[in-house]
Amino acid sequence: MVKILVGLKRVVDYNVRVRVKSDGSGVDTDGVKMSINPFDEIALEEALRIKESGGASEVVVVSVGTSEAQQQLRTGLAMGADRAILVATDDDPDVLSCARALLEIVNREDPGLVIVGKQAIDDDNAQTGQMLAALWGRPQATCASKVELNGDKATVTREIDIGSEKIEVDLPAVITADLRLNEPRYVKLPDIMKAKKKPLDEIAFDELGVEAGPQILQSTYEPPSERDKGVMVDDVQGLVAALKEKGLL
Amino acid sequence: MSRILVIAEHDGSTLNPSIAKTVACAAQIENAEIDVLVLADSAAAVAAEAASLASVNRVLTIENAANAHSLVAILAPQIVAAAQNYTHIFGPSTTFGKDLMPRVAALLGVNQISDIMSVEGSHQFKRPIYAGNVVVTLNAPADVAVVATVRTASYKAVESGNSAPIESISIDADLPSHTRFVEAQAGSSDRPDLQTAASVVAGGRALGSAEDFDLIYTLADKLSAGVGATRAAVDAGYVANEMQVGQTGKIIAPDLYIAIGISGAIQHLTGIKDAGTIVAINKDEEAPIFEVADIGLVGDLFTIVPELTEALG
Repeated sequence: MVKILVGLKRVVDYNVRVRVKSDGSGVDTDGVKMSINPFDEIALEEALRIKESGGASEVVVVSVGTSEAQQQLRTGLAMGADRAILVATDDDPDVLSCARALLEIVNREDPGLVIVGKQAIDDDNAQTGQMLAALWGRPQATCASKVELNGDKATVTREIDIGSEKIEVDLPAVITADLRLNEPRYVKLPDIMKAKKKPLDEIAFDELGVEAGPQILQSTYEPPSERDKGVMVDDVQGLVAALKEKGLL
Repeated sequence: MSRILVIAEHDGSTLNPSIAKTVACAAQIENAEIDVLVLADSAAAVAAEAASLASVNRVLTIENAANAHSLVAILAPQIVAAAQNYTHIFGPSTTFGKDLMPRVAALLGVNQISDIMSVEGSHQFKRPIYAGNVVVTLNAPADVAVVATVRTASYKAVESGNSAPIESISIDADLPSHTRFVEAQAGSSDRPDLQTAASVVAGGRALGSAEDFDLIYTLADKLSAGVGATRAAVDAGYVANEMQVGQTGKIIAPDLYIAIGISGAIQHLTGIKDAGTIVAINKDEEAPIFEVADIGLVGDLFTIVPELTEALG
């Protein structure tokens, strides 16, 4: 039975509409609700289901972030993960450095499967799982909507532009979770209490000896250009007339 | 001078339309020489199509039976071997490109830029973050390759009519056997492709059922339009996943987008903001979709949509 490592990123909550700081230096996250990246929550749910069906021995959640990410790791433990690892850093590491740090954790933990979300909803990069798989020299199955473990192999159904695709990968491998892989469970109060006793180890990012990737610097942040206010029509005739006027019919 | 390698997405016989847009983005970089790389089992047809694209300098092909199914773990080491003398390596921001390019970047030891929406300079780009709520300017280091995906909805396809030379190349790369293709299931649709259709009709949860989603199909057929849906409609099982439009689905830019029974969550709006004209039909006059719509009509979709379909003759 495999050990499963799940990556959790602390992000601005899905329901928060973020704003650019007035000086364009970043995004205002002061006092904003933070959560586990929803796709990572799906990744964790999948790992827990695999364990509960007898396919995994242990589920370990890992986050690369500030000490505040302990909150999200505790939520992961309350969902059912066995233990947690925080790779602590006050910086906001680039994706490649983050993947390199995760590789160090992978080398220490030796999981048979790593599952992460297909993208984080803050930077929308959709890179971490693929980069980790590349550095590890192992298969990747991104945008998974179904995962079947079969001994030392996994068959993964992927959501792709034309529909879906099934691939088979040898384990260990990296899987990234898409929306419809599962519906994550709700955390119950007794589980939150129990989670307080579960181990949460902290490792300093700097101790991992990770070489920083060549940095892509983010300079200015700005709101997107707005669309002009449109017109309201009263009925279908008005709509058809408006479309004809624009030459669309 | 910038030397740009564009990785071709294809299905073995035709070039994906996203590549003509990826080339258009690459062509925004001043003084650029753009090559297209086709990795395939048999590359001739796809290469010929790529060679016809304006702004393309050369088409390179790597033919190998292992490339038949575009498995990125197999493609990535070949791309790394072929890309040694390039300043930029671009792919489309499709599920294929998003799967592939981070793997290429990590093998090269560089970071990757996702979803270029604007070229500000050879190493300066803009991209959307937070579901398109924020646009950030990125400055890539000039001493390493820029590996990036292109938000194709931000670009118009380059013209065809070119006849760039096609060269077969051989590279030295170890190809893994740990990843195997099993099968693909394409959505069964003879409707125009969602990502390239001039018009798109889309429905949301308000349609209420898979059966009632037929209203959307019937209207779309009248307009020869592609069909899209919100995440809620896909989650509810009304339509297949490949029809989802938005932050985690497809980003599209049709000339006409008709949103029916769609409230307009920010995650959906980010997928349509580059549409030419947005029409919204919704019974809730407070729905956020009306804030971005060019033409809005408040009312019951179950009355309006059949009436509109009828009015279009």
